[in-house]
Amino acid sequence: MRDGLHHILGLATAFLLASIGAALADSSEEAREQKLERLVRQDCGSCHGMTFKGGLGPDIRAERMAGFTPSAIAAVILDGVPGTPMPPWRGLLSEEDALWIAEYLRKGGR
Amino acid sequence: MTALLKSLLIIAATLMASVTHAVAADQQPVLRGTGNLGIIVERTTGSLVIFDATERRMISRVEGLGDLSHASAVFSPDERYAFIFGRDGGLTKVDLLTSSIVHRVMQAGNSIGGAISDDGTLVAVANYEPGGIKVFDTATLAEVADIPATWTGGRSKTIGLEDAPGRRFLFSLWDAGETWIADFSKGNTPQITKLTGMGDRPYDALVTSDGRYYVAGLFGEDGLTVVDLWQSPLTPRRILRGYGNGETKLPVYKMPHLESWALAGNRFVLPAIGRHELLWVDARTFEETNRTAVYGQPVFAVAGPDGRNVWVNFAHPLNDTIQVVDSLTGSIVKQWKPGPAVLHIEFAPRGHDVWVSVRDANVVQVYDAYTFEKKAEIAANSPSGIFLTARAHRMGL
Repeated sequence: MRDGLHHILGLATAFLLASIGAALADSSEEAREQKLERLVRQDCGSCHGMTFKGGLGPDIRAERMAGFTPSAIAAVILDGVPGTPMPPWRGLLSEEDALWIAEYLRKGGR
Repeated sequence: MTALLKSLLIIAATLMASVTHAVAADQQPVLRGTGNLGIIVERTTGSLVIFDATERRMISRVEGLGDLSHASAVFSPDERYAFIFGRDGGLTKVDLLTSSIVHRVMQAGNSIGGAISDDGTLVAVANYEPGGIKVFDTATLAEVADIPATWTGGRSKTIGLEDAPGRRFLFSLWDAGETWIADFSKGNTPQITKLTGMGDRPYDALVTSDGRYYVAGLFGEDGLTVVDLWQSPLTPRRILRGYGNGETKLPVYKMPHLESWALAGNRFVLPAIGRHELLWVDARTFEETNRTAVYGQPVFAVAGPDGRNVWVNFAHPLNDTIQVVDSLTGSIVKQWKPGPAVLHIEFAPRGHDVWVSVRDANVVQVYDAYTFEKKAEIAANSPSGIFLTARAHRMGL
């Protein structure tokens, strides 16, 4: 009987811990995406415009981005475009971040 | 009985409220000046906060100004009206006394700031797309002139639009490396003078506060170009050539701004590009005198009106910090972190207060210019530019 109770308690604890873990993972993923979204809108927006239609830098709206693969866009983000004001973001962004941004832009910032 | 009493009370309250409202509407507006007003650009919501700089409090909010990322403003000579240059090509005239939009035109697809003529009659906007400037009547926002920035490569993006004495506007062509002068002194049909050989990709420019020099910063080469507007013919002259010593530039995550350049005694200070440095320049010879190593890529290096200290903010990702530099010694006297994304710094016209926008904390902070003590905060949504009406009476802003 005691063993049974222990077993149930153990399961419950494990389940609780797993749920907390998943929730934390979810919220940290959400936080990361929010951070990236803010970066793209606000900081990339310095040159590409907050609505991505361009400024000193070119138009990066979905219609134009559709012509590039996500990995090509990510490569430009990470390594910049030498000889232009587009700086390399490697060091500030991981490859995963850059790919997320590439997909985000191809979806028109959604 | 109770229900009846309640109803009566509600009716009475409604009547009183409407009477009070009617009295308020009948009242004359409170008389006030505008010399201590300012505006805060709320870049993501397309709105402005109008504030009282003496009481350090918000007065009102004006909405409906479009895309205000990288927006800037100039003021009419009576300091009643603000002209707001939006990123989306919108030009909006705002009445600060009534907190309302007086006129609004969509004059281009993509814009980057503007200027108002010395006589206050013309407002000009620099456009990326279509490249060129457009000039409007400040009373009506009716178009006065359209000046396409045409060069051999097509139409160039324009930047660094500044006013100069004699109803003139100067601006530079990013793609063409030229500076053009649009002279409206003889009427509303401008005479255009084109200066070639300004350098590789001028990214911003300024006119010194005496109206004498136009200085363009260059993205594509190490150096700046200065034009002495007192000389004839006008001749571009390269200064600080090779200030990067041939070293590889650090990544520039936000372009510096040259609009406010600090005159401190006989030296100017300006942000280097691709280097974490301020460059000090002799105001007569334009030779470099010394440098100050700073925290990051400087964006604004703003001196108080007395030139005593220079406040500096930085590009992403080091944009949570302000450094204050002593202009006599070039050394850093104060450094702190106001919060995430410090975007703009504006001195009170007499220099006692400094206004700092902290975008990601949704706040504008007010500091004592000498003790660095925080005196007040004004809540604002993603605040960027802060503009005090006293700018109306300064050249080249």
